[in-house]
Amino acid sequence: MNTLITILFLVFAVFILVAAIMTVTVKNIVHAALWLISSFFGVGALYLLMEAEFLGVAQVLIYVGAVSILILFAIMLTRDLEGSQNRQLTPRWWIALIVPAALFGVLIVPTVMTHAWQLPPPPPAGQPPSISDAQQIGTAFMREYLLPFEVAAILLLVAMIGAIVVAFEEREQRRRVLTLAEQVRLRRQRQQQVATLPEPAVSAVQPSEATGSET
Amino acid sequence: MPSMTEAVPLPWVLTLAGALFCVGLFGALSRRNTVGILLGIELMLNAVNINLVAFWRYLEPNVVAGQTFALFVITVAAAEAAIGLAMIIAIYRARQTVNADEVDSLRG
Repeated sequence: MNTLITILFLVFAVFILVAAIMTVTVKNIVHAALWLISSFFGVGALYLLMEAEFLGVAQVLIYVGAVSILILFAIMLTRDLEGSQNRQLTPRWWIALIVPAALFGVLIVPTVMTHAWQLPPPPPAGQPPSISDAQQIGTAFMREYLLPFEVAAILLLVAMIGAIVVAFEEREQRRRVLTLAEQVRLRRQRQQQVATLPEPAVSAVQPSEATGSET
Repeated sequence: MPSMTEAVPLPWVLTLAGALFCVGLFGALSRRNTVGILLGIELMLNAVNINLVAFWRYLEPNVVAGQTFALFVITVAAAEAAIGLAMIIAIYRARQTVNADEVDSLRG
């Protein structure tokens, strides 16, 4: 049984890490978001393996259900006219590689491996270990963690209002959303402009198309 | 009753969380797309949560503080994602770009 759990942990660990590395390296940002979702699933499975069943369900509901949809919508709304064939990494990405690699190799692994963890003694045989379950979490939220719970609720309310205020756009200023066919036509026009003119126009959307009929 | 505490040593879980954090840090530092930077930050928050749950399970399994703290981290991550993506949409409206290198009005 213990070997089975070890194998499961290793499978989940490899899955999480591969999905995370794909998230930060693939060129297409939509694919990166999908890899991030699979990484979230792996972390939820790891929570279940660690017998934190409420957190596992919360992980799937909040991250896989809500945050990933939010990210996919943001990618859809900010689709770049230039397409995704541009470089995705900064020119000095190797510096950005050195910092986390040094953090991992010099700081995290030696500290974690050499520190003497004061693990509690295992429970006597035949007696189930006492693990706090979802009911105890609920009780704790209503008793000793009542104030942080309320503060978290207010934080979510403030974040919701803030997101609406930041992303809100007046109806008069609203630009017309281009369909995919119009985007392709616009891109072709701009490529022809680049081919014919020595100095192409810089404006992203041409004024005649930008002030077209409201949708 | 087999459990993870007997099958997998605690340093393995902490190493996994550390590796996930470093991958997320690399993503947040190296991406040019601002949405990509947010994806890296989400990975880092997930790594911190794995650490919290691992410490709860291995060191104090009968105290709810570990899971409670992880839930608060999830709450803050959700709020951060909502605000960050709203800001990205606002920046895109103003500048027609989501490239972090081109949004440099505050550069000295």
